[in-house]
Amino acid sequence: MGLSLSAALPSSAWGCNFPECTFPAPGTEIFFFDNVFSIGPFGFNKAMIQLFIGAIVVIGFFWFAFRKPKIVPRGAQNVGEVGYGFIRDGIARDVIGKGGERFVPLLFTFFFFIWVLNFMGIFPTLVFPVTSVFAIPVAFALIVYLTWVPLGIAKQGGWGFFKNIMFPPGLPKPLYIILAPIELISNILVRPFTHCVRLFANMFAGHLLIVTFTVAAWYLFSPTIIGLLGSAVSFVVVLALTAFELLIQALQAYIFTLLTAVYISGALHAEH
Amino acid sequence: MTLLAELSGSIGSVGYGLAAIGPGVGIGIIFGQGVQAIARQPEAYGVIRQNMLLGFALAEALALIGFVVPFVYGV
Repeated sequence: MGLSLSAALPSSAWGCNFPECTFPAPGTEIFFFDNVFSIGPFGFNKAMIQLFIGAIVVIGFFWFAFRKPKIVPRGAQNVGEVGYGFIRDGIARDVIGKGGERFVPLLFTFFFFIWVLNFMGIFPTLVFPVTSVFAIPVAFALIVYLTWVPLGIAKQGGWGFFKNIMFPPGLPKPLYIILAPIELISNILVRPFTHCVRLFANMFAGHLLIVTFTVAAWYLFSPTIIGLLGSAVSFVVVLALTAFELLIQALQAYIFTLLTAVYISGALHAEH
Repeated sequence: MTLLAELSGSIGSVGYGLAAIGPGVGIGIIFGQGVQAIARQPEAYGVIRQNMLLGFALAEALALIGFVVPFVYGV
């Protein structure tokens, strides 16, 4: 019925809210912004400003929460302690184990900074996840990479580090001919790549979906029954996607932090 | 070179569809087995959930690379 109805209607039934009455499918151009202002050679666009806002929000909140720590926490300190306990007990102690406390500040910063940056994707007035700019997850993944590789070399020795990666013990000898290069490539080259692409692509895809359905809601809008219906359905999808993104954002921040802990743990204690 | 078949249009979308098959099956298995493990041993929920999410992240990376590549190389 839907098909025959839309075929019977002239194309103008969908309204004409965009030039030439076509659907302007959003592409990668929605992730690029013009500079708002620039200081010397550094241009500041929307993503850059949001990055600074995110840093200020995270630093500001936790500074406020722990400015006068009390033995019985109240208000903001409670929230801060729950967050800290979640990272320390749930990630650092569980995954890294012995010696994990040293890395709590790194993991804590990663989790909350990435979460705030992701959350901007559905925050009204900003509506742009900073982590969907590829350079930012790359920088994060690079920090992690430059943490666990030197750490592994320091703990296991230069040769020991590569030996533990390339020759997992307890396998038949001929298998190592295939396994050693695969393990080396997957751990040294592919690992940092997937680490950042995972975060980036999730945020990128989520933002693109939300923008597509938002544009569609306006594209379908017209003062006809079918136009209003199509527009309303599209708008409901936007709301559902926003709720879904809320989940994905927290999950991706958690997974990034969890993988950081797993990599550090692998560098600290070689597999037996 | 003789052309046997030619495809035009949004091939990147087809590529993403193909790239999503494997991870789709994988993520299904991971969560299916994870839920089963939790049902069998609810007290190990924390550890199971953590490993479940870890496996999910590793499987999902393949689908996401498939999603990003068409944008990088043009549709």
